[in-house]
Amino acid sequence: MTPNLHLWLVPVLPLIGAAINGLFGKRFSRPTVTAIAWGFCGAAFAWALWAVAQFVSAGAAPYSEVDAHWIRAGGFQADFAFYLDRLSVVMVLVVTGVGFLIHIYAAGYMWEEGGFYRFFSYLNLFMFFMLTLVLANNYLLMFIGWEGVGLASYLLIGFWFVKDSAAAAGKKAFIVNRIGDFGFLIALFLLIRHFGTLNFEQLSASISPMGMETAGTGLLTSIGLLLMVGACGKSAQIPLYVWLPDAMEGPTPVSALIHAATMVTAGVYMVSRSHFIFDRAPSAMMAVAIIGTLTALFSATIGITQTDIKKVLAYSTVSQLGYMFMACGVGAFSAGIFHLMTHAFFKGLLFLAAGSVIHAIGGEQDMRQMGGLRTKIPWTFWTMTMATFAIAGIPPLAGFFSKDEILWKAYSSPFGSRLYWLIGVTTAFITSFYMFRLWFLTFFGEYRGTAESGHGHGHDAHSGHGHGGIHESPKVMLIPLVILAVLSVCGGWVGINNRFENFLAPVFHAGRTAALESASAAAGEATQTAQPAEPQTEENGNETLLMAVSVFVGLAGLFLAWILYYRRPQLPQQIANAFGGFYQAVLNKYWVDELYAALFVKPLLDGSTKILWRGIDQGVIDAALDNSAEGAREVSDTMRHMQSGNLRSYAGWVAAGAAVVIGYMVWMGTR
Amino acid sequence: MVPLSYYLVLSGILFACGVVGFLIKRNIITIFMSIELMLNGVNLSFVAFAAQWHALQGQVFVFFVMVVAAAEAAVGLAIIISVFRTRETLNVDQVNLLKL
Repeated sequence: MTPNLHLWLVPVLPLIGAAINGLFGKRFSRPTVTAIAWGFCGAAFAWALWAVAQFVSAGAAPYSEVDAHWIRAGGFQADFAFYLDRLSVVMVLVVTGVGFLIHIYAAGYMWEEGGFYRFFSYLNLFMFFMLTLVLANNYLLMFIGWEGVGLASYLLIGFWFVKDSAAAAGKKAFIVNRIGDFGFLIALFLLIRHFGTLNFEQLSASISPMGMETAGTGLLTSIGLLLMVGACGKSAQIPLYVWLPDAMEGPTPVSALIHAATMVTAGVYMVSRSHFIFDRAPSAMMAVAIIGTLTALFSATIGITQTDIKKVLAYSTVSQLGYMFMACGVGAFSAGIFHLMTHAFFKGLLFLAAGSVIHAIGGEQDMRQMGGLRTKIPWTFWTMTMATFAIAGIPPLAGFFSKDEILWKAYSSPFGSRLYWLIGVTTAFITSFYMFRLWFLTFFGEYRGTAESGHGHGHDAHSGHGHGGIHESPKVMLIPLVILAVLSVCGGWVGINNRFENFLAPVFHAGRTAALESASAAAGEATQTAQPAEPQTEENGNETLLMAVSVFVGLAGLFLAWILYYRRPQLPQQIANAFGGFYQAVLNKYWVDELYAALFVKPLLDGSTKILWRGIDQGVIDAALDNSAEGAREVSDTMRHMQSGNLRSYAGWVAAGAAVVIGYMVWMGTR
Repeated sequence: MVPLSYYLVLSGILFACGVVGFLIKRNIITIFMSIELMLNGVNLSFVAFAAQWHALQGQVFVFFVMVVAAAEAAVGLAIIISVFRTRETLNVDQVNLLKL
């Protein structure tokens, strides 16, 4: 039996930090604020490490603790209870570890900014909610974390709230997430209605005996689809991905922590956590896989044309999240989580390095204004190079292992198909291409910006920077870069010989019965049209072949970017001109924002303005109130003339009134 | 014996005189006297009914009315004097400070 791990400390420590900085931070000096934020976040990391060590040494059996009762209504109960199994171990280490590194980095990045204490208070608050989400032992507590990270994300995107675009981006993120949360909530209601509990272990136990829903629809399928709606919102998948690129209005450490490494992967975590539902709902699985695959390809193509360094990374994040969902959709949850982890390393690093670049040249984010920075900021260059090669899937870096695992599963899993694999490989090629495009544009060629000659310019809040000239970032920013670079290189090695998959296997195979395994295999084959099952002996050969293909496309992307953006930099413009309309469509992100604006935002806005506000609120509710007040005043206006102050007219009224009363009584009496 | 109706008609005339006097006169003292006139009109009908029905209650009522009227006269006259001291007039139309 595992000793009491006091898991509740892991989320609560950052909460204390958030409270101290949020309430009193205004009076603290910057070093004090930093010390508090680092201290509590680091303490959470340390406690998580300790808890994981205890957990592993006790045999890695799932551990659950109930810290306080929360809701007990009839047969239903939800507690403040935390749960640690192999899946949450991975998540909690990624969240606290990467989160702590980004805290360190942020102190350097935000040093010159106003609202320093506010920033760290929000950042710690985010850690609290994210750890609650990850460690919760029931969906309801998870939902608190889920909503809380949305709140923290909103606050941090709109950190520079005096900028209209930042405030609007924050609102957009919040509202789009609400749409997803709606689906999540309904899924929870369905679970309560049919199973009477939201506890993961109990749900798993009561769903495990159920068979596959092969008919295509059913309770588990609907729950799965609704959960996927929630995951689409949080993890920025089609059709709810639109908020993530806009979220780049936030400070860069926020983009790294929330919108690349941790929060946006919550959807993947939630789907993996609900594997016992998805396992039995092949239609829902297929929806997940299709959404993931499409998102991966779709946003990767947008990434090619973006010129803002953070926007490229944002679309790349959406695309990589698509990969993770593709993995979940083909039943390879552990591959999805593996990619989640390596992605947290290299994408967090990419964002932080991009922030370092932005910092170096005084707030410029447009890659057309960069170039030739390789020698000026060597540390940033080398760490970013690691991350770029990692995301492009070049062995032996982290991205290669996880991406290859996903592609192999997409090809070989009973739920997979060659089409997924084909799109996945295409996406891998595009990913490699736009990442190296970013790399060449930023670090090679001639410097095209103006920061050298004058002081900072551009549209980030860094424009107010006091020092002109290109400069390497301070050590406090470089150390996290180096650590993450090491992780981006080595992080994938845990996946060699399927060690990572085997580590997670007890989680994902716990509820699967042998019958279900064969049923899922059969169902998978039904979806795999006319594809004969690969004989076991060919599998290894196939895997090697597919691996070679994905390495090849990664290198091809590098080569193409090298030609277009290093050897012959005038070519891209010609190609763009040749493609004309298509290029415009991609450049304008397929006009999805405009489409949504026309389809949803404008009708809603018009409806609310014209019908609900002008029509009902002003026309009916306000009018009823105003008119009754007006009526009362008019009546009083006439009546007040009775109050003349003339004593005799009062007496007259009394006499007349008495006469009327007496007359009435006489009339009644004589009738 | 004088019929009851005679008393009642006289009582009504007295009361009507009181009402009319109250309404048309401006002098507070006159108004005050009109009130007394109305009270006495009522008193007359009380005693008339008491005599008619041989009931003592009517007589008793009259005593009560007289007592109240006396008290009222005491208070009322005091108010009138006070008003005259401050406003130097007894015209009710000019005692209208509470008017809107």
